[in-house]
Amino acid sequence: MSITRKDLRRIVLGDRQADRVVPPTGFTAQLTLFAAGAMAFLAVFAMALSLASGRLAARWGDELARSSTIRIVAPLDQRAAQTEAALRILETTAGVAFARALSDEEQQDLLAPWFGADLDLQTLPVPRLIEVIEEDSGFDAAGLRLRLAAEVPGAVLDDHSRWRAPLVQAANRLKLLGWLSAGLLGLTIAAMITLAANAALAANAQVIAVLRLVGATDRYIAQAFIRRFTLRAFGGAVVGSVLAMTAVLLLPAASDTGGFLTGLGFQGWHWFLPFTIPVLAGAVAFLATGAAAGRALKRLA
Amino acid sequence: MIELENVAYSYGGGALLSDISLKLAPGSFHFLTGPSGAGKTTLLKLCYGALLPTSGDVTLFADDLRGLERDDIAMLRRRMGVVHQDCQFLNHLSVTENIALPLRVSGRHAEAAGDDLTELMAWVGLTHRADALPPELSGGERQRAALARAVIMSPDVILADEPTGNVDWEMSQRLLRLLVELNKMGKTVLVATHDLSLIRAAKSQVQARVLRIANQRVQLAGADL
Ligand SMILES: Nc1ncnc2c1ncn2[C@@H]1O[C@H](COP(=O)(O)OP(=O)(O)OP(=O)(O)O)[C@@H](O)[C@H]1O
Ligand SMILES: [Mg+2]
Repeated sequence: MSITRKDLRRIVLGDRQADRVVPPTGFTAQLTLFAAGAMAFLAVFAMALSLASGRLAARWGDELARSSTIRIVAPLDQRAAQTEAALRILETTAGVAFARALSDEEQQDLLAPWFGADLDLQTLPVPRLIEVIEEDSGFDAAGLRLRLAAEVPGAVLDDHSRWRAPLVQAANRLKLLGWLSAGLLGLTIAAMITLAANAALAANAQVIAVLRLVGATDRYIAQAFIRRFTLRAFGGAVVGSVLAMTAVLLLPAASDTGGFLTGLGFQGWHWFLPFTIPVLAGAVAFLATGAAAGRALKRLA
Repeated sequence: MIELENVAYSYGGGALLSDISLKLAPGSFHFLTGPSGAGKTTLLKLCYGALLPTSGDVTLFADDLRGLERDDIAMLRRRMGVVHQDCQFLNHLSVTENIALPLRVSGRHAEAAGDDLTELMAWVGLTHRADALPPELSGGERQRAALARAVIMSPDVILADEPTGNVDWEMSQRLLRLLVELNKMGKTVLVATHDLSLIRAAKSQVQARVLRIANQRVQLAGADL
């Protein structure tokens, strides 16, 4: 059954006359509404989960994988000299875009959360940190380690990408699972609507036969059912999505300390995505009911 | 209007109807009679496209039945008023709405037929039952409602299966007069009935032909009724 503009107008504006020829069904209607609402609610969360994992994977994978840290662990009197030596090596290393030693103030800021602001770094053997930003091509971490080992005994290279790789992979998997869940929820809506529509068509076999005998076209008969189920799926999904979006809104705001858990939500244009769920639910219901009605009507003389 | 050529029909067992050739000319009035189980209802179903003949051709309004799409058949039924032997209604709608149902499904507004509807309801004696639901009607009232529903679209052909089976003599005379009036307006009428006295009564009002089903065939009955 193809969708014409006239069909859509009828679905939206309604044809009260056509509606009334099929008797109202209170309880099943409410069940359909509830099921569509529940699916939409879950779909919004699956979406939020996917988007959040996607953001996480992107942040870890992209921005941080390109930076590394070198720690200079040396006695206080050799620290400055070794830092200088390490920086010289980095200058001549292919694939390093930029390298600099953190200043005392910066290191103090980093440590402040743990040791308080009035810590005197000059008197403590705190390692000096060198921030290394790679070029897109990346550098040869093993080669760099060898050179550092030869010339700067106190240097330790932390290659962030290595320990982040499994995390990035996990986040990507989570994102995939989220979308898969959203897809499954969509198919479940289709299955549920098909079951409900088949039940309604069977319960109204006599109505359909009478309509057919007095000259109703298949399209007219199907329309009465399609409209019902489309509106129910759409209405239920609107309620479910709005509730889920409210719940997402009420989650604590994303913060650096909270990390992943508080990042669960929508950002920017992603807020638009949950609004597609009711439309998709309606479309799925339209097609599922149309197919069910088509099958039921074909059996009728 | 309706033409059957060498039509045979069987429900799967032996042949119920065979070798039937029949032509309902526009404006004609026919009765169809025969013993119970002879196939009157079956023949009417062939005439309104609810059944396809096992062999032979059915031509409705100059179209071959076999070549028709489902929507064509729906359109055909708007030009034919059918009173079914087991009248079925939409049980959740009032009698009035049921009678106006053919208008509704063909996209015409029931209000447009307002006067016709009131007049028709009065003619079949259902004015006082207008707001009743079909399950609340008596057998005879159902048949009258079915007849009213069959003629509301002012169809070219009226096929009635035992339209007077459950009503008293006086009411059956009234319904017959309605059919005769419609025939005088140029409609083609075919009535299946057991009721020979109804046929006799009709003969004084209209030039009616009587078809009888016997031995799987349709014969034109003589003047012996
Ligand atoms: N759907 C069906 N499947 C199988 N057999 C059927 C079916 N409908 C009718 N028959 C059989 O076909 C025969 C003719 O039925 P039909 O209803 O046409 O008879 P009828 O002349 O209208 O009888 P009546 O006067 O009792 O209404 C009967 O023997 C009936 O049992
Ligand atoms: Mg019969």
